[in-house]
Amino acid sequence: MSYRVEQQGNFNIVHLDGEVDLSNSPQAREQILKCLKQDKGLLVDLSQVEYIDSSGVASLVEGYQVARKKSLAFGLVGVSSAALQVLQLARLDKVFPLYDSLEAALTA
Amino acid sequence: MQRIARIHFLSSPEQLRPVRDAVRQLAVEQGCSDKNLDCLVMAINEACMNVIQHGYANRNDGEMILEFWRDQDLLSIRLFDFAEPVDKASIKSRDLDDIKPGGLGVHIMQQVMDSVAYQHGPDGVGNMLEMRKRLSDETICCPNDYQENNDT
Repeated sequence: MSYRVEQQGNFNIVHLDGEVDLSNSPQAREQILKCLKQDKGLLVDLSQVEYIDSSGVASLVEGYQVARKKSLAFGLVGVSSAALQVLQLARLDKVFPLYDSLEAALTA
Repeated sequence: MQRIARIHFLSSPEQLRPVRDAVRQLAVEQGCSDKNLDCLVMAINEACMNVIQHGYANRNDGEMILEFWRDQDLLSIRLFDFAEPVDKASIKSRDLDDIKPGGLGVHIMQQVMDSVAYQHGPDGVGNMLEMRKRLSDETICCPNDYQENNDT
């Protein structure tokens, strides 16, 4: 897994790439929580995620909960079919705000 | 049942990717459909991860063995570890309406597989998890099918 963080307006955007599993999900979690400390909304781009396990999903859930506690916007963008499959199995596709594109998320 | 493969590995998170790659290749060789492939890999990854995190408490030197058995359409996956025997009553899927990080692995395994059973390992040493999947059954592994099945 690799990641990249960018800022656009009032949002931080974490782009995750590759396979997110127990060997690297702590890094994803750290980046997500670090961004949320800046009190900006957070979008996590999952368009390039080829695989994500439940430890990666747990990082997203934790980010979502922290954002809600702080009344910050949180969303998942361009969710790849591999990631969507896990979210659906965990019934989280109805919990997370999902956006087709960054543009759609930034203007929501 | 006939054993078709056996994989030894250690309880390190870094081992999960090569194990997934090996499982994927083996499942393709066994004629697993594209629809079932991702779910099968996912369930086995979750099982291995649970052993690493809970059985071996994140130690990375625990021994793990994955065995694959086949009987016609039925694929049986047996995961052996040599950690302390687990209290089977403590292994359960969590309430999905209670949104919180973690605890999804058992749910994913149960959703994807036809059956999931925990036993003590041979001679009472460690644990053995057996997951069975009928390869011709693709209903749960396609997200759209999953939604349709649960909306009715």
